[in-house]
Amino acid sequence: MNRRDSIRSLFLGSMAGGLALESCISAPEEVINEKIWQYQYGRTPEEAARDEALLAQQYFKNTELNTITRLSNLILPPTPEGTIEEAGVPEFIEFMAKDFPGLQTPIRGGLMWLDSYSNKNFGTDFINSTEDQQHQVLDLIAFPDPKASSQKQEVQFFSLMRNLVMTGYFTSPAGIKELGYKGNQPNVWDGVPDDVLKDHGMSYDASWMPKFVDQSKRNDQAVWDDEGNLIS
Amino acid sequence: MQIIENEKKYDVVIVGSGAGGGMATKILADSGLKVAVIEAGPFFDPANPAQQTQLKWPHESPRRGAGTTRAFGEFDMAYGGWEIDGEPYNRIGDTKFDWFRSRMLGGRTNHWGRISLRFGPRDFKGKDRDGLGENWPISYEDIKPYYDKVDKLIGVFGSKEGMYNEPDGYFLPAPKPRLHELYYKKGAEKAGVKVMPSRLSILTKRINNDRGICFYCSQCSRSCSVYGDFSAGSCLIFPAQKSGGQVDLFVNSMVREVTTNDEGKATGVLYINKEDRKEYRVSGKVVVLAASACSTARILLNSKSAQHPNGLGNSSNLVGKYVHDSTGSDRMAFVPDMMNRKRYNEDGVGGMHLYSPWWLDNKKLDFPRGYHIEVWGGLGMPSYGSGFNPNNLNKYLGLKVGGYGNGLREDVKKFYGSVMGMSGRGESVANINNYCEIDPTTVDEFGIPVLRFNYSWSDYERKQARHMHETFEEIIHNMGGVVLGDKPGKEKDYGLLNPGRIIHEVGTTRMGSDPKKSVVNEFEQLHDVDNVFVVDAGPFVSQADKNPTWTILALSWRTSEFIIDQLKKQNI
Repeated sequence: MNRRDSIRSLFLGSMAGGLALESCISAPEEVINEKIWQYQYGRTPEEAARDEALLAQQYFKNTELNTITRLSNLILPPTPEGTIEEAGVPEFIEFMAKDFPGLQTPIRGGLMWLDSYSNKNFGTDFINSTEDQQHQVLDLIAFPDPKASSQKQEVQFFSLMRNLVMTGYFTSPAGIKELGYKGNQPNVWDGVPDDVLKDHGMSYDASWMPKFVDQSKRNDQAVWDDEGNLIS
Repeated sequence: MQIIENEKKYDVVIVGSGAGGGMATKILADSGLKVAVIEAGPFFDPANPAQQTQLKWPHESPRRGAGTTRAFGEFDMAYGGWEIDGEPYNRIGDTKFDWFRSRMLGGRTNHWGRISLRFGPRDFKGKDRDGLGENWPISYEDIKPYYDKVDKLIGVFGSKEGMYNEPDGYFLPAPKPRLHELYYKKGAEKAGVKVMPSRLSILTKRINNDRGICFYCSQCSRSCSVYGDFSAGSCLIFPAQKSGGQVDLFVNSMVREVTTNDEGKATGVLYINKEDRKEYRVSGKVVVLAASACSTARILLNSKSAQHPNGLGNSSNLVGKYVHDSTGSDRMAFVPDMMNRKRYNEDGVGGMHLYSPWWLDNKKLDFPRGYHIEVWGGLGMPSYGSGFNPNNLNKYLGLKVGGYGNGLREDVKKFYGSVMGMSGRGESVANINNYCEIDPTTVDEFGIPVLRFNYSWSDYERKQARHMHETFEEIIHNMGGVVLGDKPGKEKDYGLLNPGRIIHEVGTTRMGSDPKKSVVNEFEQLHDVDNVFVVDAGPFVSQADKNPTWTILALSWRTSEFIIDQLKKQNI
């Protein structure tokens, strides 16, 4: 049994619980299965069951999800580096609203605020306003007052959405690539690259060098003398 | 429903599988004794792909690493947290004690910071220094041989520094510091603060053929799948089994009490199997408690009998008293020189590559005990929260905060790796008025009476926290950084975190030579019952400005050798 199969078989026991929810949701079974299968990491059976239950529900209405997608694209417009859709940001926001129920009312209420404001001022809801009108709305709510002790609800709503969009994007494959994070893979750390040290006017003290790992000998088993000096 | 008896008779029944229980398992099983290990959580092996979180990306989870299900984020390897469903605890008055538990084989060693510091000669004799608290009945010389053995068995990197109260050991070589750590070194040394390579139980070099070598993913908190860091399961319990030891693991088994006979001697433990919710008894000649300081106190206090009406080992009335955690306070810095950094893989080991041990003399200060400083920052893996408030730091540059559009991408990239932080972790003074006790009004889902805590910090700790922030600010200024956040004032206890937050709670079954003033003797043996031992951090007389794990391991090894000897001599 290979690793993937063993995870799958381990998972089957708890999968049944998730599928039982099928009757109360709109997504077809294969879509749920795919979503459940997409996320595989070391969760406890209780955690996995909770995730499956959340993934099998839909909180935001499709019209709300469309507005979330549009708003996300205004916060972070597409570039060749990556798009909100590629980064799965709308799905992430939908999931977080179920994961942290405290987000539900502020987001849902904020989306309604966008529509009310747009209806009143432009005679149409937010998503059907022109891009220029949408920018006018955001200009009102995207800049918190640095002197105020508390921000208006619509400003708080926008800050929350901006946070979720930014974190959703920069935790996605495209966002991580764009950020330039190079780790999460086997490596042999041998200090800050010389050019970086130079740029920052830093160096490793000569007196410290003997304390550091000689990476060419990392595989030699450690041996010490009686005074605790490493001699291998 | 009656208690189900386990037919097999063990030499030793060990409760808990973390640092203390793991070490006892290894030493006792290696000597040929039949050992039962009773663990409240499930089996866990970091090498098991189904349980592994190491090397997972945030986008492999629908919540991108958020902490909804686990306190330190969902990839952290602790099944539990400060709050656990079905396992409540209570607080007396305005106590704010928070109690972290991890329910799994290996316990909290699967996610801990691997900071592996020896207590120094001064740390065992606090009362001699300042008249506060109590001295340990043992000295550094008594425990030094065991620290040496722990270093060689488990592996710890560090450097020989020749500092009296930061004793050197058998070190693996240290990793070179990261960029933000070099900034810290510059700022700290200018402030007269000693800086040296950290001492972490992570294998920077091969130590044996059963464990892999660190491959620098910085994710020790997720427990290493090649066993490159110290966890009690992978480094103690599995090797004990592998070398032919007679070790039976009882997982998902919640111990309720230690059972005793008519003479008052322990006969074994009674536990609830979480799967069938039935009560079981497992018996042994010796019981070793390693459930964590507070859980062990709870088990002892719940083990009432005609012979031990006040709870087991509690004739002194001191079980649960003197609980104390390390002090803690943190501060963050923005370092403009680290904006727009060149990118490279800076993961390194899990945790800091250098730190500051306590460097001052308390006789010249207005607080009695010291603290060390931990450092964090770098070009780390994004996780839930990365990108929040993407350009708040613009206010320090005279630029606009907030907004929308692709400028935000540039802001996030500009500030990536330019924020770092410092954490002070210090010694508090043990106090009899800080305690945990049984709360007769509440039981957990297994019907076991729970603990309630009474705890308050004193000015000793508050003044220490104030000093931490003064030091942090000086260091940050010295490295050309901007101190983030306001300096916490008196109304906030100078930023002192709630007790329990540093997860170093110790002292509930304190060690001593006088049975009226202590619960266990120097071999961690109950004064009242000679076949019951405590090998977690309960016996600590005082916390040091050090993390407790290395001392738990050394003491547990020493106690295990004593148990082997006493069984041989048929004394217990």
